[in-house]
Amino acid sequence: MNGASSADPVRFASPLLEASRLVRASQTLPLHTDEHVVAVRRIVREHALELKLSLVEQTKLVTAASELARNTIKYGGGGMVVAQQLTDGVRNGLRLVFADDGPGIADIAQALRDGFTSGGGLGLGLGGAKRLVDEFDIDSRSGEGTAVAIVKWKK
Amino acid sequence: MTTNDNARRISALIQQHQAEIGADWIANLESMSFRSDSASQEQLRRHCRQFLVLLPDATLTGGFDSIEGRAWDEVRDQLTEISGQRAKQGSTPSETATFVFSLKQSLFTSLRQTLAGEPELLAEALWNVSTLLDKLGLFTIEVFQKSRDQIIVRQQQELLELSTPVVKLWTDILALPLIGTLDSARTQVVMESLLEKIVETGAAIAIIDITGVPTVDTLVAQHLMKTIAAARLMGADCIISGIRPQIAQTIVHLGVNLDDVVTKATLADAFIVALARVGSTISRKA
Amino acid sequence: MDRIPILRIGDLLLVTIQVDMHDRLAMTLQDDLTERIVKDQAKGVLIDISALDLVDSFIGRMISNTAAMARVLDAQTVLVGMQPAVAITLVELGLTLPGVKTALNVEKGMLLLGKSYQ
Repeated sequence: MNGASSADPVRFASPLLEASRLVRASQTLPLHTDEHVVAVRRIVREHALELKLSLVEQTKLVTAASELARNTIKYGGGGMVVAQQLTDGVRNGLRLVFADDGPGIADIAQALRDGFTSGGGLGLGLGGAKRLVDEFDIDSRSGEGTAVAIVKWKK
Repeated sequence: MTTNDNARRISALIQQHQAEIGADWIANLESMSFRSDSASQEQLRRHCRQFLVLLPDATLTGGFDSIEGRAWDEVRDQLTEISGQRAKQGSTPSETATFVFSLKQSLFTSLRQTLAGEPELLAEALWNVSTLLDKLGLFTIEVFQKSRDQIIVRQQQELLELSTPVVKLWTDILALPLIGTLDSARTQVVMESLLEKIVETGAAIAIIDITGVPTVDTLVAQHLMKTIAAARLMGADCIISGIRPQIAQTIVHLGVNLDDVVTKATLADAFIVALARVGSTISRKA
Repeated sequence: MDRIPILRIGDLLLVTIQVDMHDRLAMTLQDDLTERIVKDQAKGVLIDISALDLVDSFIGRMISNTAAMARVLDAQTVLVGMQPAVAITLVELGLTLPGVKTALNVEKGMLLLGKSYQ
């Protein structure tokens, strides 16, 4: 396993990364290599199990995380993911914020429309990931960076 | 002596010696019974008294041949009530039938005493009383059974509402008969359960029957389509059966594409298609 | 670098994916499979994913691409053993894996392959 054990700080200052009163615990993971994506999958799976999500919900969450982690590396030039355990007093949830200092997404609307083309084109697949989670937020500015936040609640 | 005379004689006898017969019967029952609290004893005595009051008239009018007729209506009703009350308190059907059978001994004693000098008549009387009480005892068991059946049917209805009834119709063929209105949450649960069953049983085809579904909305239709797509990815095919005209209209309106889904009018039709797909046919013996 | 083993059974290639693959490993598998189809003159490829609790778009596309390349090389591909949770998620993602035949398990997959190249 290569790479630094601590996350490189991402300069992109997105409001999505600001602290929220709902956050109970927070963990930051680097996203630069293929192995990091595998590690993120594993850690998100652990969180999902802790949350006692159903198998289908777990799978959806980990898959969404995998997609977004890959995007961060492929299109964002690498970055980080912040895993936050949430609680609103009634239910518990997991929030993941993927951030990078990359070129940003020029047309977010287009990116949200399904990027998986049958011709094997490399779409971002944000629309797909959005369907797998309960809450989805994206903040991207050309030339500055991208932050994508997803939340899954235990119902 | 004709049976009618016989009936008249026995009827009179029971009426005459009601108190003694009753006392004897109750004594027998109490010695057999496990229930010893005063409330149930009082109820037992009441049951015995009520029964013995009705027995003579019914015997007189209705004879011994059958307990189905009008003459035996009151007795049957009484027994049904007794049976119901006892069941509520936890009596088994055998216990309630024994309640009736144990009257035999008391009646036999009484008959032997009064008909001591008439052995042939006594023999016939004993036989008649025996078969009569057999019928009445069996009747209580049937009553018990029927009420149990009703409870089971009602519970089944409730279960159907709640559970996901995936049925294995044949080797490699599953059926999911959906009943009632489907909401999004329930549909999801049901569909996930179907996919699990497909893996469990190794089924190649799942027939989703929606005959019992009155309406289908967008969400449900989407779940249906997603389930079919997921099943395909897993290696199983789905057939939808029982699409009624109204639902067909809804599906078309919603723009749901059913082009590569086989649909059949009835579950039976779908079954035949499924059989052909897995390589089997049903043939009638000549 | 570790590779995923490919087993040859007659004119069939069997791949059992049991690890959580990173992207490079998946690409290597795709290359290896294509090579082996030619080398072993395979007529069929069986990809067993019954041990995978996750298939994302990258793996999905790898499987689609492999099937497409196999077809060009006159071989059929069958994907077996997808878990229900994975299937539901892929459908939600919008990945339908067109051109990839599927079966519930290796046994059924082999039957399916047997039928298609007769």
